[in-house]
Amino acid sequence: MTISRRQLLVLLPAAAVAWKYVLAGTPEESPNYRMDGHWWGMLIDVTKCIGCGNCVRACQTENDVPDGFFRTWVERYHTTDWHMENPEVVSPDGGKEGFPTVKPDEAGKYFFVPKLCNHCADSPCTQVCPVGATFVSPDGVVLIDPKYCLGCAYCVQACPYGCRYIHPKKEVADKCTLCYHRITKGLTTACCEACPTGARQLADLKDPKDPIHEFIRTHSVQVLKPQMATGAKAFYNGIDGSVR
Amino acid sequence: MSVFKDAGHLFRFLGLFVLAFLVFLVIRGFVVPKSFGQYGHYRGAAITEIASRPVKFAGHQTCETCHTDIVETKTGGKHAHVNCEACHGALAAHVDDPGNVIPHKPETAVLCARCHTASAAKPQGFPQVDPADHSGGASCETCHNPHSPAIGDDTGISTAKGGAK
Repeated sequence: MTISRRQLLVLLPAAAVAWKYVLAGTPEESPNYRMDGHWWGMLIDVTKCIGCGNCVRACQTENDVPDGFFRTWVERYHTTDWHMENPEVVSPDGGKEGFPTVKPDEAGKYFFVPKLCNHCADSPCTQVCPVGATFVSPDGVVLIDPKYCLGCAYCVQACPYGCRYIHPKKEVADKCTLCYHRITKGLTTACCEACPTGARQLADLKDPKDPIHEFIRTHSVQVLKPQMATGAKAFYNGIDGSVR
Repeated sequence: MSVFKDAGHLFRFLGLFVLAFLVFLVIRGFVVPKSFGQYGHYRGAAITEIASRPVKFAGHQTCETCHTDIVETKTGGKHAHVNCEACHGALAAHVDDPGNVIPHKPETAVLCARCHTASAAKPQGFPQVDPADHSGGASCETCHNPHSPAIGDDTGISTAKGGAK
């Protein structure tokens, strides 16, 4: 096929326009959402978690997470009086189908700890990215730009909480987005929506009316690995020092 | 001015350098996405792209706009704060096309056991039963209404056979 000079003159601007569209993405948005009005986090009340795995399944459904990989998962801790610092931690298939039952006469303490990206304000994972593919958004959510990610996995190693993985099909880093496509539309995350006991609650730290402020004031809430100063925003109630 | 006596080739080299730099700037202008640096060292448009993905869980607020009878049943019951899709699964497709996407009814013997099977690992005070002992294999719905599981007028602990802990 030959292209005449006239055709080329028409085609070039058209290609330029198309390319511009490719670069700009496909904006189709929640118009009332203001990024500067939010600072997202999550409150996890371990005393309410029953280890049903609803959150894990909901996350996989909502975000098309491949089997064997997890954006959120549930761990069951078992601490005994003897080695508090060495808990036995199990998470069969991320707790997706629940956990084996425990007999009432078993020694020690059992509890479930749902894990997810902590959406750190000073996140180690975003700092190591060599290409600017992962970042903390202006509303405090750690996101990945799949079009920019090279799949080098520096961030996977950098995350102290083990929340990232390389997507087996896309071959780029993948992780919890705090259901960014939901929270910007006024919905809660899929895991919070599916949690039957209210053990997980989406929290907006910039919203003075958010119940998290009162909850943190009145409970002994902590973040994971505080010594790493990551500015983690997954707030845990009811965990002890054995949880890492 | 003996230093610059034969400096002509240096200026030509400088000119070449400036030209290369300009070419670099032009290429960079084309290659770097427009929104890069809009908020920080990343592509600002990525935020919009991530935010524009479709949802699969419709959210209980959406369910409640139509299923007002269920809301009424749930109110005041033990399951008042359990969201619809916690049991029924992701149903945004049903919201988009209520006529054709018909959600299937969950099998209570499997569904209820997921949460209520007794295990010492669960928080004390959470109602738990040994399903085989509690109902002898009968479907939970035989005695309990899943939307408000307490039996009779009692909105507290279920008094069903076997008794909930």
